[in-house]
Order: sequence, then structure tokens, then C-alpha cells
Amino acid sequence: MAIILTEAEAKALLTKVLSYSKADECEVNLLGEERGNLRYARNEVSTSGSLINQNLQVQSAFGKKVGVATIDEFDDASLEKVVRRSEELARLAPENPEYVGVLGPQQYLKSNGFFDSTAKITPDTRADAVNKSLQLSREKDLVAAGFLQDNYGYTAMMNSKGLFAYYPSTSVNFSLTVRTNDGKGSGYVARGYSDFSKLDTAAGTRIAIQKAQGSAEARAIEPGKYTVILEPTAAVVLLENIFFNMDARSADEGRSYFSKAGGKSRLGDKIVDERVTIYSDPTNPDLPASPWSGDGRAQEKTMWIEKGVVKNLSYSRYWAQKQGKKAVPGPNNVIMAGGNATLEDMIKSTQRGILVTKLWYIRSVDPQTILLTGLTRDGTFYIENGKIKHPVKNFRFNESPIIMLNNLEALGKPERVVSTESDQNYLIPPMKIREFTFTSLSDAV
Amino acid sequence: MNRRDFNQLIGMGTAGILMPALPAFSRSVEPEALLEPGVDVAMKKRLADAAMNAAKSKGATYTDVRIGRYLNQFVLTRENKVQGIINTESYGVGVRVIANGCWGFASVSDARDESVVAKAAEKAVTIAKANARLLTEPVQLAPQKGFGEVSWKAPITKNAFEVPVKEKVDLLLSANAAAMKNGANFVNNVLFMVNEQKYFASTDGTYADQDIHRIGPSFTVTAVDPQNGRFATRNSLSAPMGMGYEYLQVNPSDKLSGVTTRYNKGYDMLEDITSAAKQAKEKLSAKSVEAGKYDLVLDPSHLWLTIHESVGHPLELDRVLGYEANYAGTSFATLDKWQAKNFNYGSKEVNLVADKTQVGSLGAVGWDDEGVKTKKWDLVKDGILVNYQAIRDQVHIIGEKESQGCCYADNWSSVQFQRMANVSLEAGKTPLSVQNMIKDVKKGIYIIGDGSFSIDQQRYNFQFGGQLFYEIKDGQIAGMLKDVAYQANTREFWNSCVAVCDQSDYRLGGAFNDGKGQPAQSSAVSHGSSTTRFNGVNVINTARKI
Repeated sequence: MAIILTEAEAKALLTKVLSYSKADECEVNLLGEERGNLRYARNEVSTSGSLINQNLQVQSAFGKKVGVATIDEFDDASLEKVVRRSEELARLAPENPEYVGVLGPQQYLKSNGFFDSTAKITPDTRADAVNKSLQLSREKDLVAAGFLQDNYGYTAMMNSKGLFAYYPSTSVNFSLTVRTNDGKGSGYVARGYSDFSKLDTAAGTRIAIQKAQGSAEARAIEPGKYTVILEPTAAVVLLENIFFNMDARSADEGRSYFSKAGGKSRLGDKIVDERVTIYSDPTNPDLPASPWSGDGRAQEKTMWIEKGVVKNLSYSRYWAQKQGKKAVPGPNNVIMAGGNATLEDMIKSTQRGILVTKLWYIRSVDPQTILLTGLTRDGTFYIENGKIKHPVKNFRFNESPIIMLNNLEALGKPERVVSTESDQNYLIPPMKIREFTFTSLSDAV
Repeated sequence: MNRRDFNQLIGMGTAGILMPALPAFSRSVEPEALLEPGVDVAMKKRLADAAMNAAKSKGATYTDVRIGRYLNQFVLTRENKVQGIINTESYGVGVRVIANGCWGFASVSDARDESVVAKAAEKAVTIAKANARLLTEPVQLAPQKGFGEVSWKAPITKNAFEVPVKEKVDLLLSANAAAMKNGANFVNNVLFMVNEQKYFASTDGTYADQDIHRIGPSFTVTAVDPQNGRFATRNSLSAPMGMGYEYLQVNPSDKLSGVTTRYNKGYDMLEDITSAAKQAKEKLSAKSVEAGKYDLVLDPSHLWLTIHESVGHPLELDRVLGYEANYAGTSFATLDKWQAKNFNYGSKEVNLVADKTQVGSLGAVGWDDEGVKTKKWDLVKDGILVNYQAIRDQVHIIGEKESQGCCYADNWSSVQFQRMANVSLEAGKTPLSVQNMIKDVKKGIYIIGDGSFSIDQQRYNFQFGGQLFYEIKDGQIAGMLKDVAYQANTREFWNSCVAVCDQSDYRLGGAFNDGKGQPAQSSAVSHGSSTTRFNGVNVINTARKI
């Protein structure tokens, strides 16, 4: 049997699995995937890999006693065995007071995240794409280290209440660091697409080369509060720490930034500048995502922050039931609306500031305020009187993305970016922020 | 350092403990399956030979085969509830080859048939050949003698998988009850157990069968002040260990008393969680630190992470050479500094060793993942940089004839590469207790437990938080502080080291989830030290008003 099943094949297989069930409720999740990658460093290919994987998970429930079993062989005897095993485990399990039962049939939005161009990648396609990048760095006598990885697969689920969901998808991520031979300059680029035909490794490499050459001979300037222009790659690693914290239960329990004095949550409060709007939409053609979440809930277009106001927090089905709220699932993609400014406009309007192209090693310092620390990396530049003057040495910052979005000056057009911390793709605009806090200098290049 | 999975994390927020990542492609199994023997060693040899023969026939000049069975158990609780008991098994085969001078790798899950692993081996050769056309310098692999058919077993006394799940649940729930009774508002308490059954074979003639066990209890206790909308947490002072269930046996000789009790090779969860509940509440009203220079007294439960980030990582040879430039970064500890033989990494008190054989450590094995017998060696001797951590395709660059045995892959599906050994600060040679160390400090902070951490990509500038901070005034503990983080430069920091307590205070800390590589892989590693004093370190106040 093929690893990647069509919708009809997945439906037939899942129907067969459910026919073996004797439990009160049964839910089956299925996936198949093929992955490949190629890595290079010191201008040479280094390691590479290929992987094929398929998996079927059965969850059986008797009342609130739940058992889960998994298998990767799909013959009839194996399928029946995995159903029986999940039932045995359910009978032995303690009651789970937070089990709320499986969902009935759902209506899902249509989202196209599958592209033949990505599904058909071979070891040779990968080598060709990397070769285009290597040729450029070798020609310029610069040192390249990069990574190309692609994924092709599907997920499907079905349960005893008649819910069925299927979603095929593809993705390719490319990232590259180019360094000067003397180690004084370093530039970075990352690109993420669902459609491999959109990836131009040579164009990406030229950007990293430009940043590597432009960042050499960096000068030290005093740490302190500066106006910063954050390219989307830099902004996203700060912003995603807001998204990670938008869970209603933590907020209601008083142990998150989204909690507030008096035992309430910040739902409905204005927390950032009114130009900030953050939402999720699985149908966005530039960032397609699965229209259903892992437990079968439909992913709708959902406002998280609209004009600076918290519009939604995510709820588990249990917590929503307990609180009498709508069970809004956590998002499968995140999009931040932008403004009209171009990066050039933002630089031109800056009297004294710093252009930050990438941030690195982001960690939470104080969850109460989402205070984060981390450093600039791979291209940081001083702006004076509307022009980029010279590269500067890297800084450590201690800043909260909430404070940052209150100090918003301008927003550009959203771009698809890859988080260097979580590998997740987002649509995020470049942004100009005043009074961003740099606390010390680093000698790192 | 660890990359986090978006979909898993969203919704966990600050309430969740950062969970050790599940190995790739795990399937869940019943607890009894964790005690089943897995594929028989004779069968593993047949599978390995099939892969090596297939690769050779397609033109490989070197092949190694890893047959891995990875067993995990998680017991997850919060307050008085069991959130989940997860048992997983991941079994498969990874084949690495050199063909036309280039590495190639392919893996396959659930392979129990010789033809299936042979096919994976052929695929690895195809990939190596496709990539070889981009290569200008072929791989140089340091020679390695074969050891024949050998085995290694972690010296544990009680296999954690043999302990009934009910006993584990009872321990965690009784600990949670103790925390709630002592003022906690919330408790998340997790017990994580690992058994790696790894078989390695290579065309050098080694067939190594190894059995590795690890255990990691960890909790977070939260205290909430709803009136003021404030909360504070205190994490466990336990360490993940390369041990069996014996780590959870209470043993008075493994306790160190002081401002709070700390633990060596036996962890008293009930006692620690009781202290944690009281301390989380105390944190809510603790004095906010005044920024400035302080002498720091760092407990091993804290210092392990500073060692990990500022010594372990910069002395990885692959980073020094640029192999990790696109993600984890490079290193300030360049080859010229090592060649000079006089680079003061730290003060004369500073002796740092790498050790893949240390009993009870997370990184202990008999052979690494490319068939090299493990050992212990110096990295920094009397403050001077003397060596790195390397693997077989790199050692020729530092003039060594054999690898130091630092090769590791986190799963059968991942390609092996250079990973950190257990890197530790050696105890002071002259007798010195923590009490006597604190007695001499005029203005200082005593830090216990690990917290926030961040360091630049060449490992110069770092910032660390902690769990517990105590102000030291004129040789006395003056009370609890909060909002503390220290920032320093690696070389200045280690040169400000003025004293290390003696062996009686030596303990291990560590992590299950050291992240590195693309695709990212997780590795478990320990770092030992005794309590150590650093003078004149810059401390910042991390409180913000929103």
C-alpha cells in the first residue's frame, strides 16, 4: 500500500478500523509522510537524510475511561489488534474527569496546502537547489552553511459519531548563513513555502551574501533604548511568545500575562497599539493550513487581537464547557495585518535607530510581563538621519513584545517568514518600534 | 536549548512544564510492552550485515547501521488529577554510508526484514552519490579498530519500567497534595523515564549492543496573588539522571542541608515540593533586587546550565569549524586560541573535563554512535584551553589520530553527528564547605536552581536567571530576592572564579533536551560541579511595569 493515501483510500481504511470497535466511543487518527533534507557547511554538503513514516492511532473510551494505542502496519489482523489493545487500555485506565467525548460531524473550510512541485522532490532536485546556492558563495569567496528540507504528507481522522477529516499538505523550508572568510561579517536568509516552485535558492543566497558583506567591520555603540526597525524574521520570534500564551485556562487561573488583578482575564482589554490586528485563517493562500485541529474542531478565521483589543483566547473543549464559553481551538496559522510603510520609508523617517534583521536565542525571563531576552545576529545596522550608516556589533535585549507593540511607530506589508526558534511559518510585517531596550553588547559575529 | 513545537505548546502557556520532546515516530504501547525484550541480538546482527552488504555492493566504502528501540514513559499530573500516562516505543533502523567520498543517510521504521534494511542502505548510497557531485573535499574518517561483538549496560539498580505505574502515580499525587497543603495554588508534576536499546554495527567490525536508562522527575509549583494579579513559580531542584528508579529513593546521605535542602543521587520529592510551595509564596513578596555588581555563589543545581552553555557548546569542534553556523552558531574558542596553549579560558581554579563514562550521568555509554570507545579527557586545565570535543570526520583537523567518542543520534531516524559529552567543573582540591564560602562574601547573591538562559551564537555574552535567590550581606544570608538575572562574558566570567567547594559538595545537573542540528535533534547530557564563587558579576533587575 502507498504511504500517502488519497481521501477515498483514507476514508475506506478508517471505516474499516471503526468497524472493529466495541467501545462507547472510538476515534482514529491516521498519517503518512515522506521527508527529505540536505545540509551544507564550510561550502560543502555535510549530512542529508530521508524518511518514510506512517502511523495509525486509535482512541477508545468507556465512559470517561480512555485508552490509546498506535500501529504502523495496516493489514486487517493488525488493525483489529490495535482496536482491541486500545479498548483493553481504556478498561484499565483511571477515569479522566476532563474527557468530554468525541465530536460529531463538522463543516470544514477549504484550504489548499498541497503542491505537486514539492511532492515530487528527489535527492537530485535537492542537490540542484543547493548547488545554485553553493556556486554563488564559492564564487564570492564567502563561506556558506545552509539547510533545505521538504515534507509531503497527509493527516486524516474519523470517529464513531461520524466525524471525518482529511488534509494533504506539502512544505519546504530553506535557510542559509553566509559568513565572510575572516569571520567578521555574517548574513542570513530563511524562506518557507508550501509550493517548492516558489523557492529561489539563488535569490535567497544573494540576500545572505549582501548582509554578510554589509555587516563586516561592525562598530560598537552604547547599549540603551533605541528606535528599531525589525525585519519580519526578527519580529516573529518575539511576537510568537504572545501567541503561545493565549490560553484561556492559564489566564483564568491567574498565571499568565493574560490574567489581571482581581482574578479576571484580559479578554476584551486593549493591550497594544490600535494598529495591531492578529488573526488566523487556514484558507489564506500565502499561508495555507489544515482547516481542522487535532481533535477535529473546525478552524475558522479567528481574530485574536483586533485593533489592539484581545478578542479571543484559545479553549480546550473541557475548559470551554466548564466556563460556558465557545471552544475556540488554538490556531494552525497566525497572520499579523500590516500597514503601508516600506522598509525604505521606515529607514528614511528614522533620525537615529537600529535596523535588526534577525534575533537569536529568545527565552522567557518573566512570564508575568512576557519579558524576553535574546540577541541580535547576522546583520545589525546603525541608522542616522534617514540612512544606514554602518553595521554595529550585536546587542543583548531585554524587552516584552507587549511593551514593544505599545511603542509601535509604523508597519509594513506582511511577508511569509520562518521562525528561527520554532520553525513555524507566519505572515508578519516589518515594523518600526521606539524605545526598544538593549542591555549589553556582544562580540559575537 | 530546545526548539518548541508550535502546535503542542500553544495553549500550554506558562502553566505547562516544558516537556521533554517525544522521540520521532513513537507509537504508544501498554506499560508491559516496555519490559518486552525487543529484537534479538542475533537478528540485529543479521539485519546489520544485510545493510552493510547491500551498501557495499552499491559502491559504499564505509557503512554503519544503528538499530534502535526507544522506550519512554511519562506520568503527567496536576494537583489531584492524573492528566495522562503515556508509554511509547519507537523502533527502526538508520543506515549511514560513505560513497564517492560523501555521506549519505536513510532510515526506515519497524524494519524486521533483511530486504527492507538493504533497501534503506541502497537509498543512502543513492543520496550520497547525488550529493557527491557538489563535493570538493571528500570525507576523511579517522581510522577505528573493530571491537567485535560487545555490549554495555547502564549500572542501574532498579529498572523504572518494572515499577508499577500506580506506585509512580501515588508518589506524584501525594507530592502534589503536600504542595497544595503548604500553600500552592497549582502544581504540575511529571515523571519521565527513558530506555534506549541501541545496536551499532560498522564495516570496521564492531557490533555493540547497549542498554541505557534515564529518569527525570520535575515539577512546577505556582503561587497566585489574585488581588494584585501576580504569580510566582518554583521548579523542582531534582536533576535528570542516568539512573533507574533508585534516584527516587530517599537517602539522608544524598541530602545537603542549608538555606534549602539540595540533593545528590537520591531525590526526596515530598520534601522538595513542600519547600517549593512555601518558597513560591515567599517569592511573591520577596525584595526586588537592586541592579549592580555582586559576588555570585552558584549551587550545582544552577551552575550546570552555565557550564553547558558557556563551556560545553563553545568547545564542540563542529561549531568551532563552522558546521553549525546556520543554526546553533560557531564559537569564540577558535583553533588559534587552542594552538597558543596559553589561552586563559578561566582562572587557575577552573578545571573542566569531558567524560562519556561518568556513572549516573545522562551521557554515559560504552561506545558512541560511530563505534568509538568512550573516555574522559581535559578541556580546560588550570584555566588554560587544552582540547575540544570531536568525532571521526573532524579529528584530523586538530591533529588527533582517533575520535574522542562524541558522536550521537537521538533516534534511529536521525543521522549521528557531534554532540556534547558530559562536561563538568572539577571540585576544588582544598577542603571548602558552602557555609565557609558564603562567610567570606560581603555583597553577594546565592543562586539555587536553573531558570531563564540565553547566550549568543559564538558564546561570548550570556544571561541566566534561577529558581531561588538569596542576598548575602557581610557573610550572612540576608533574605530572599526576586527579579534577578546576571549578564556576563564567558571568558571574564570564568576568570572571575575565585573558589570551588570540595568534592563533598559535588553534584550533577543536566538536561534531556539539548537541541542542535538541522533537523533539530535532542540530546541528554549531565554537568557536574561543586558550589562555586564568581566575583563582581553584573546583575540586572528583570521586573517591568505593564
